Amino acid sequence: MSDLMTGAEMVVKALKDQGVEVVFGYPGGAVLPIYDEIFKQQGIKHTLVRHEQGAGHAAEGYARATGKPGVVLVTSGPGATNVVTPLQDALMDSIPIVCLSGQVPTFLIGNDAFQEADTVGITRPCTKHNWLVRDVEDLSGTIHEAFHIATSGRPGPVLVDIPKNVQMTTGTYQKPNSAPRKSYAPKVKGDIERVTDAVALLEKAERPIFYTGGGVINSGQKATELLREFVRSTGFPCTSTLMGLGCYPGSDPQFVGMLGMHGTYEANMAMHDCDLMICVGARFDDRITGRIDAFSPGSKKIHIDIDPSSINKNVAVDVPIIGDVAHVLEDMLRLWKSNGSKKKDVSAWWSTIEEWRAVDCLAYKMGGKTIKPQHAIKRLYELTKDHDTYITTEVGQHQMWAAQYIKFEEPNRWMTSGGLGTMGYGCPAAIGVQVAHPDSLVIDVAGEASFLMTMQEMGTAVQYDLPVKIFILNNERLGMVRQWQELLHGERYSHSWSEALPDFVKLAEAMGCIGIRAETTDELDDAINDMISIDRPVIFDCVVEKHENCFPMIPSGKAHNEMLLGEASTEGAIDEKGAALV
Amino acid sequence: MSKDAPPKTEEQQPPATNGGRRRKDLRKSAYDMTAAGAEHVVERRTLAVLVDNEAGVLARVIGLFSGRGYNIESLTVAETDHIGHISRITIVTSGTPMVLAQIKAQLDRLVPVHQVTDLTVEGPSVERELAMVKVASTGDARVEALRLKDAFRAHVIDATLDSFVFEVTGSPEKIDAFIELMRPLGVTEVTRTGVVAIKRGQEGM
Ligand SMILES: Cc1ncc(C[n+]2csc(CCOP(=O)(O)OP(=O)(O)O)c2C)c(N)n1
Ligand SMILES: [Mg+2]
Repeated sequence: MSDLMTGAEMVVKALKDQGVEVVFGYPGGAVLPIYDEIFKQQGIKHTLVRHEQGAGHAAEGYARATGKPGVVLVTSGPGATNVVTPLQDALMDSIPIVCLSGQVPTFLIGNDAFQEADTVGITRPCTKHNWLVRDVEDLSGTIHEAFHIATSGRPGPVLVDIPKNVQMTTGTYQKPNSAPRKSYAPKVKGDIERVTDAVALLEKAERPIFYTGGGVINSGQKATELLREFVRSTGFPCTSTLMGLGCYPGSDPQFVGMLGMHGTYEANMAMHDCDLMICVGARFDDRITGRIDAFSPGSKKIHIDIDPSSINKNVAVDVPIIGDVAHVLEDMLRLWKSNGSKKKDVSAWWSTIEEWRAVDCLAYKMGGKTIKPQHAIKRLYELTKDHDTYITTEVGQHQMWAAQYIKFEEPNRWMTSGGLGTMGYGCPAAIGVQVAHPDSLVIDVAGEASFLMTMQEMGTAVQYDLPVKIFILNNERLGMVRQWQELLHGERYSHSWSEALPDFVKLAEAMGCIGIRAETTDELDDAINDMISIDRPVIFDCVVEKHENCFPMIPSGKAHNEMLLGEASTEGAIDEKGAALV
Repeated sequence: MSKDAPPKTEEQQPPATNGGRRRKDLRKSAYDMTAAGAEHVVERRTLAVLVDNEAGVLARVIGLFSGRGYNIESLTVAETDHIGHISRITIVTSGTPMVLAQIKAQLDRLVPVHQVTDLTVEGPSVERELAMVKVASTGDARVEALRLKDAFRAHVIDATLDSFVFEVTGSPEKIDAFIELMRPLGVTEVTRTGVVAIKRGQEGM
């Protein structure tokens, strides 16, 4: 094949040269030349979604489940604006996404042409970088650069806007090159002096804790292995953010559970009382720290992060180490071992932690016939844990219960919208995961309200035989909103329940899926087992207690050691200042 | 240069940086939030940012400041390397040490940004701004304006029978002073470039 080709041919060739196997997209006038090329070839599979937001989240799910970039193809104008939410979602959660958008021809740009939008302008703040390609000679080089930037350093979404005339013009194709731009060179190796300082702190610590996050998973399999080796060889406790679940095995005794607003009592208390915090690929966001000036007041803090802007952003740290988690952990572990793996006796610390653990903060009361949402998740976990399972979620109480009650033993098994908190993420994300792993059990733990935001993607699931399972904890409420209104707004439940919900079983049937409903505790297990055994898309309507609150909870504006453990402790828990926080 | 440097002595001023110390502080304390209110001290900084001169690069920089709520007191930009297509952006901003560190890190993170230099802390530097000031007057006021311009080493770059356009160069404070002086003499229009700045000494950025 000669190097001369049209822009549209270049797009497909560049994707193939980048190893892309799957594209999630939706056609329209401004990308028809590219769709024509997709039609003519075999190597790349295109998944037609039902809404461009679905394409974006599906690509995110795919990326998280595989460690590869997710690729999105959308048309100009509304196609591009519909993808803004997933781009911002991917930016907040550091997910590599390459989005290609069509644009009106260059000679119409600025004319308010049909389906014109200033896509690079609109997506500038919600991408890691973006480009408008005005000249076909720049097209292939730009696409290669886009992949490089999306996947290196702190990963993130990028967008390449391609005017239709550029797609139709002939130019010269450039192969992926090894000389990326000079201005972009993320640092992967940590400063060895800093690593040395960190190891010295480790050797002196009496109440240490590993605080791990999504950066470990983004760094790759090796980072996970090194983290596990390191945590085990130190014997220190380990907690994880919502985004980091699975980087350390959930059922390991050294794992003290998730931390943060709905984290475990033991994890948050340990964070508060520790004398050394080893933050690995997490970013001290407000859902983690609670009241910032009362955050872990007595500890020295080591912070490993590939993004220099994450260091000292919210919390001042003592030993910042800028670099890729795997590289830094490798150096740190080597040094720690060559120093003789010295450490203080941490058994007193562990006994304190065991006392906190004994509080059993995730205990809940069974609801008799009525299914408790926590119980539903627990049973879902027990009945699926021996399968090859991937879990996605929507956003709300169900998401937190999933994070609390499902134990993740491996990374890349858990996909949730952490930073942006996007309702509607889970269903399309599950589709993306299932595309990557057609034979695995992929379950979206959903709320009924969230599911309604992107449920049209079940059409995609049916079209491509993707047997995703939507497990709806149906409380007929915007449960998390309702919980905040109960705790913060004098039980004035302003617009936080859904009337006129669809009959999800009939909805499933209408869409070509299987519908299952469970209404009582004793029918739950059989229903879940049915769901697992069906090799088709399933919508599972799990009717649960409507007024259950999600605990433990650090009320906004409070410190880690001011957790609410259950209903009894909630009165007047959040003051006015806290009420202003989100 | 610090904000209250008097205009006439600016050339002879010792390096007005407090820079060496500040820089060390930053490294040591990592903006220790518990250190007696240190994070509340708002400082003014002049940053030089080298960027690839490509479409949208200025929008990225400005969008970063507006999106994250940072201050821009002055911003100038022009291509300074026509072969390598590198532009130099000079930004005067202010914030607490923690915010200033964020600004620098966030700028550095932008893909087309090559280098961010904090001219205020990284050794002595000089700052200049250029202004054109139109003064429309006749009689005594006109004579006085022409006479006073010399104290500021301003030049006349346009004249009519009842107006002058003065060109004046110096620190922003000197230009403020010049404009205030000329105001009663009939200032009708002012345009300013914003600050450009460069490190003193032989070393390049
Ligand atoms: C797109 C979007 N809009 C609004 C919100 C605010 N929000 C957070 S949780 C929630 C309620 C979610 O209800 P549901 O999906 O039924 O989950 P539940 O909390 O009941 O488990 C809302 C409205 C959001 N996170 N995302
Ligand atoms: Mg609900």
